[in-house]
Parts: sequence; C-alpha cells; structure tokens
Amino acid sequence: MEDIFEGMEPMVYQSRINIPYNWWAGDTASRFLLAIRDERKILGTQCDSCNRVFVPPRKTCPTCFTDNQGWVNVSDVGILEAFTVARRQLAALPGKVPICFGLIKLEGADTALLHYLGEVDPEEIKIGMRVQARFAEEREGKITDIAYFRPI
Amino acid sequence: MGKKRVAIVGTGQTHHKSHRPDVNGQELINEAVQRALEDADLTIHDIEAVVIGNMDHFEGINYVDCWSVDGSGGTMKPIIKLTTGGTTGSTLAIGGYHMVASGMFEKVLVIGWEKNSESDTTGAITTAFDAVWDRQVYAGAISGLAAEAMSYMDQYGATDKDAARVVVRDRKHACNNPYAQLRKEVTIEEVLNSPMLSDPVHLLDICPRTDGACAVVMASEDVAEKVTDRLDWIWAASNRHTYTYLGDATYGHLDSLTRASQEVYTKTGITEPRKQIDVIELYQPYSFAGIMWIESLGLAELGKGAEYIWSGATDMGGELPINPSGGVIGCNPIGATGLIRCAEIALQVTGKADARQVPDVNLAISTGFGGCFWSDIILHGKNKPDY
Amino acid sequence: MEKAAIIGVGMTRIEANKVRDTFADLAWEAVNKALDDAGMNMDDIDNIVTTSNDFWDGRTISCMAVSDASGAYDKNVSCVEGDGTFGAFYGLSRILSGSYGTTLVTAHSKGSEGVSSLITNATFDPIYERALGMDMITGCAMQAGAFMHRTGTTAEQLAMVSVKNHGNARYNPLAQLPMDLTVDDVLNSEMIADPLHKLDCSPVSDGCCAMIIANEERALKYKKGPVWIKGVAFCSDTYFLGDRDLSQARSLAEAARKAFAMAGISNPAKDIDVVELYDAFTYQELMWLEAMGISADGRAGRDLEEGRFAIDGDLPVNPSGGLLSGHPVIAAGLMRIGEVVKQLRGDAGQYQVKGAQRGVAQGVNGRCGQSHCVWVLDKNK
Repeated sequence: MEDIFEGMEPMVYQSRINIPYNWWAGDTASRFLLAIRDERKILGTQCDSCNRVFVPPRKTCPTCFTDNQGWVNVSDVGILEAFTVARRQLAALPGKVPICFGLIKLEGADTALLHYLGEVDPEEIKIGMRVQARFAEEREGKITDIAYFRPI
Repeated sequence: MGKKRVAIVGTGQTHHKSHRPDVNGQELINEAVQRALEDADLTIHDIEAVVIGNMDHFEGINYVDCWSVDGSGGTMKPIIKLTTGGTTGSTLAIGGYHMVASGMFEKVLVIGWEKNSESDTTGAITTAFDAVWDRQVYAGAISGLAAEAMSYMDQYGATDKDAARVVVRDRKHACNNPYAQLRKEVTIEEVLNSPMLSDPVHLLDICPRTDGACAVVMASEDVAEKVTDRLDWIWAASNRHTYTYLGDATYGHLDSLTRASQEVYTKTGITEPRKQIDVIELYQPYSFAGIMWIESLGLAELGKGAEYIWSGATDMGGELPINPSGGVIGCNPIGATGLIRCAEIALQVTGKADARQVPDVNLAISTGFGGCFWSDIILHGKNKPDY
Repeated sequence: MEKAAIIGVGMTRIEANKVRDTFADLAWEAVNKALDDAGMNMDDIDNIVTTSNDFWDGRTISCMAVSDASGAYDKNVSCVEGDGTFGAFYGLSRILSGSYGTTLVTAHSKGSEGVSSLITNATFDPIYERALGMDMITGCAMQAGAFMHRTGTTAEQLAMVSVKNHGNARYNPLAQLPMDLTVDDVLNSEMIADPLHKLDCSPVSDGCCAMIIANEERALKYKKGPVWIKGVAFCSDTYFLGDRDLSQARSLAEAARKAFAMAGISNPAKDIDVVELYDAFTYQELMWLEAMGISADGRAGRDLEEGRFAIDGDLPVNPSGGLLSGHPVIAAGLMRIGEVVKQLRGDAGQYQVKGAQRGVAQGVNGRCGQSHCVWVLDKNK
C-alpha cells in the first residue's frame, strides 16, 4: 500500500483548538484570592481532624475527608523547598527567560506553594533559603497578585 | 458471570445545575463522593481504587484524574481514568465492574463528572471529529443527531410532534427527581414553538448543559452483603463504539445499541425485553432518540416506536417506564450522565428512588450514548445473577 | 491473581515526526504487528482497550481516531486516558473478570502534532498555577533539583544515565535517538531548566504500541511462548507538588511493593533480571530505581557508576534505550512492557540481556511522577 504514495508530498493541515474557558474558582479559592487582593494576606484552611494547614486552601481535607472549616492566617515568609530556573524560552512561559520557579513552604502551612522567585540572581538560589512574598501593585484576585518571593 | 459477582452498594450525585460557581471541579466531585460513601455507609478509607472520568476539553485540564485527587479521595490509592465521550459515564460503570469482578479490588469508587459551564460545549465537542474530513462540516453534537432524526422521519413518517411527546414525558418525570436540573413540565406546543436549532431539533428537544457529578460504590460479592442488604447486582454489560467517521454510521436506527443489547439479552436469556425488563434509564440526549432507540433495544418494531410512546407504556405507571429520573433531557453533565443512568437504576432496584420509584423492580437497564453513534448497555438485577 | 500472559507485541518505530501517518495509520501498523507476532487474526481478539490522551491528540474523545484501525468494529471496547501501563492494566482486568479471553491493548501519541509545553502546562491547576507557565520540563527540573539535594546525586551521575541509554539505543532498530555520548557531551548540552540539560531530557516523539493479553487457556494456544504476568499494581500520590516531598516517589514505592508481593519477590535487586522504566528525564531513572527498592535510598547514582545497570551489568536497566532515546507519550509505558516481553522471550536481538527470566516494567502518569504502574513479568508460569 505504501508504494502508491511513493514520492507524494505529505499534506499537513494546521489548526488551533480555540476553546474559551471560564473556570469557577469556587468559594474556597475565591476567599483565598480576595484576601491576597484586598488585604495582602495569605490564608490557609485547616483540617479539624489532622490539623494540617493547606496552602492553597482546600474545602475538604484530602486524606481525612472532613470539611475544612478553619481559616488561618499564614505568614508571607517561608522556606524554599525546591526550585528551578527556566533557561530555554519554552512556549508556556509568560515572560522572558531566565524565569525562576519555586515551592515555598510558608510559616504556618503544612504544604508548599508553587510560585516565582524574584529579586535574586538565579545562580544564588539555594534550597532552604528564607523568602518573603512581594505583592503586585495592581492586584486582580489572581495568583499573580503575589508577584514573586524574594530572599530575606 | 465473571470471576466475582459485583453489586452497587451505594450511589451519590450532586443537585445538578446549569452552573455551580461555588465550587471548582474537584470540590464538585467531592460532593458526589461523600454522598455515595454515606449511602453505602463506608468511609474513603474503605475504598481500594478509584475509576474516574470526564471529557477533558470541557474543563481544559490535562491529566485531570491526577488533578482531582483531593476531591476523589484518591491520594495514595490506585486511580485510573476512562473516557469515551458521551458514553464515558457508562464506560466508567463497566470499568468499575471489571475492576471488582477481576478480584483485584473488593470495593471500588466510580466517579463521573462534568462542569460544562466552564467552556463552549459545542466548540469542545467539535474537536472529537476528524480534523481533515469531519470537523469542518459537522458542528458539535446536534448536527449529527439532527441528521439521524431526519433520516428516521423520512423512512418511517414520524413527526416532530412524536418527539415532543417524549419531552413531555421526561420533563414530567424530572419533577419527581430532586437532583434533576430542569424540573418544570412542558407541553407539546411549547416544544414545537421553541427555537429551531438544527432541523428538526428544537431547543426543548435537546438536553441542557450541566455542572454535576455522580459517584457509585461497587463491591465484590465477598463483601457486598456485609456492606448493605440493599444491593443492585450487575448482571451483564456490553458496548459497541464502532464508528470513527460520521459518514460511516447508519442513520435512522442505532445499530450500536441493537448489537450491544442483543449481546446482553442473549447472554442472560432475555427474549422479551418489553415484558422482562421493569424500568429503563435510557441515555437519550434528545427527544427523537426516545422514539428511535427503543426500537434498537427491541422494545418496538422498526417504525413503531412513536406508537409505543403514545400508548403511555413508557410513562410512570405504564408497562415499562423509561427515564423515571427525567433522563438526559432533565440534565446532562456529560462525563457523569451515563453513570447517573446507572445510579438511577441502582436506586430503582434497591427501592431507594423515593417519588420516582417504579414498583417491583427485578431487572432493569441503563444505557450510555456518545461519540460517533456509540452505545453502552448494562443490565441490573435485584438478585444475584443466576446464569 | 489468576494467570494471564502477554502473547503478542507490536510497535512502530519511534520517530520525531511521522508526517506520513495519521493516528489510525499508527494503530493499524502496531495492531497488525501484534497480531502477526501472536499468530492471530482479529477474530481471535475478544475485546479492545485503547489508550490515548485528548490534549496530546488535540481531539476530545481521542479514542475515536483509532477505534476503526484497532479492530473495534462489532466488539466490546473501552479507552483509558493515561499512560499505556494503565491501559494494559484495565485490559488485564477485563480478562481476569472472566468476561473475555483475549484483550488487545493499544497506546499512541504523536507529539509532533502539538506544542508539548502548552499541552503539559495544561496539567497545572487553572486557578492557582497555570498562569505561572510551568510545564512538564520545568516541573521535573524542580523535582530533579530536590532529589539531587536530598540524596547527593550528582549532575555527572545523571549524565551517565543519558550516556548509557542513548548508547543502548544503538542496538535497537526502533529507537529514535541512538547516540554515542560522553558525560561531558551531556553536561555541555544546552541547560533547559536547572539542573536539566538538553541531553538529560527525552524528546517528544511519535509512536504506537499494541499488545495482546490472554488468559491462561488462550495463552497456551498461540504460537510464541507466553510471558506471564506475575504482579501488577498502580498508585497515585497527591496532585499539588507542594503537598508531597517531591524528592521521594512514595506512590511508586507503594505500587512496587504491591506488585512485588503479588509476584512473590522479596529482593527485587537480586530477583529481577531486567528493568524497563519510565526515564522521561535522566534523574527519573535513578529516582525510580530507589523507590522500587532496586537501589538503596540515595545509592542509584553510585550503583550506576559501578556498572550495575549496564547491559552487561548485574541488572540491566533500559537496554532498549528507554524514553531518553524516543518518547511517544502514552505509548511509552506500553512500550516498556513490550520491551520486557521481548527480553524474556529472547527476542531482543543485539540488545538482548542474556538469560533474562524475570523483568519489571514501569510507567508514569501525571506530573512529576504523581502516579505509577508497575508490572512484574516472568518467562516461567
């Protein structure tokens, strides 16, 4: 069967999937994001059974399955648990490289938050660094209302 | 049949709505899961594996079974995703069945869900079809179904009034179902006067878009009777997902459902489904299907579907009620819908269906539909299968 | 677990861009190869499970693209969305349930048809994470750094994985990237995201694999020696990367523990003859070996340096060249199983591990090794 296509140029058809999305943040995420936008405060939710504090917040504890009713203030300072520096201009990156990503465990939280590192030389970043959130001047109720975390 | 017999020991579903702004997808899932666990009187720690599904492009989240672990309770458990378009829900039920029947797991949580409000449904469905041959021509799901209806009307002389009678039935049934999205009766005139979407399908002929989730707990015969005495046994399941190109399908009767149902009937010794089946939850995304696909199920001869509907046989109180829940016309969170059909039958078999209960249910059927005229069918029974 | 075996395997070549093949063409090729391998025709197949991913394919209901070519006409079928190892698991469960005697499992993707960074960015939470622009490479780079920090594994040790696997690929006619590398070649290659260089990363490829699983009765009827499934398990960890210790693969440890227990294996390091694992990145080979207990915690790098995992070492790992030498997502895990089958049959030609009787195949689903599926296969019943 392949022989009859010998020498024929393969046709390639270009397209894009253009589906607009509107994701409902839900009440839990909304409260978290509004606290950042309006008060520059980072909140977590706490499970009544295991006492873990989740950032980002969870409506229900993933392991105990109890509703997390308690909202707690979490520090805007934390420890860097992991990081990377994007050097190649990968398609998903919103800005120019180098871009530094990190997992930051804020004081008071039991889980780490994924975000950017800024105001730092990429070569100086170390796991275990203390970092602090820097809030954006213009905030819209998005995760990027925190601009990045910087070493302190 | 199978190495282990399998029963549904609990079900849960959300109150389906056009949109649920108060929760994100995995929180929606969690509602249904908590309800199913409560119904089965189990905790998440009793669950040994999770089988979950939706249609990715509706929520725009890749590896979504991994994303939703917080809601599904799947952390540090085996999780597997099945997805087959509209048939996803019933495919999931069949998946849960095999996982338990294999003897690998004694208690499995099956979850189907969708947050259709989060995207352009037609835009997302359109990507199902071949990019070179079909996608440019067929928009979403409605056009294929409209073509099928036209073909049937042409062959057998049915009318859109016949189809509207199906809508009247299902919308009336939905009033008994607290979980249904659309809970207001309609008249035949209202259906026929509603805006035309794609000849001959009017707005009220077709299902709504819904945010909803459904969860079902399945257990092996070794433990099912210890969990609860209200069991819905899975007797048999079959499906046919035959076509890839829309032009290959047969228009005017759903041969995938014919073949799948014949396989189930043959396997279980059912020769007169009209008499032997007590209730059916038919995955019927639009009204005309309610006339055509009952023929594919062997309930009426070809061309006689409308007559059977007009006789009132499929209304509550009739010989063979169809869609006591209000069916898909009452709500359609696509990834959940086939599983909701299964869960609704479980409620019928176990006598938990409250205001929508059909009396004395012994054998019942739930079906799934989707993709390129694909069909799934599951036979449920009050007693352990005896063949 | 009741006895079941793999009796047929078919794979396409792994290539950067199979521009002449549609998804259906790939499936057609792999399925026919598997049927020929087993000495069967489509009538002998009782049911079919396809494996695909809607984002990678750019198609919702991605299974629809391959159903005809996989022989779905008038058969019971289903579709798993996830790595091929998971698809094979479901295919196996449909046999163990007593419903079917044979299952044909397929898995495919064409990475060339999409933008992988965007496709994997879509795995990130739309509310909390997606806008940050992380993708599979940057996410795994972050994990690599955490693993190296905790265990002291070095960049050189990571590079040695690349040297070994690309080197092995020279003997595998289906591999995309056979290469003769040195450690320096890897360390000098472009840094994509600290600490992963270009040669620490697998390519994004096109490929398809098909496999036929049978129950004991049917397995014994077909021409080649069946390869028996002794243990299989899967397990998923948390979703949010910050919810778990990224430097440990505890869901893999759990899946491996279960699979080994099913197979009656108490000392995987000694009892296994060959491993095909999911090396999407160099660090993953070392991290997964430790999680499976094949190397002690923190020791895989040194075991590698000592030659343990070389094709002529104690326990060859990825003799096929692994994913570093060609990575069609989704098909990837099914190919791992297929490669172990080849080894146990003695069919691996120039990259045959001598005398291999028992092997392990491992696949990954989700970000940064969230979910794993482990298969233990044996030549002997």
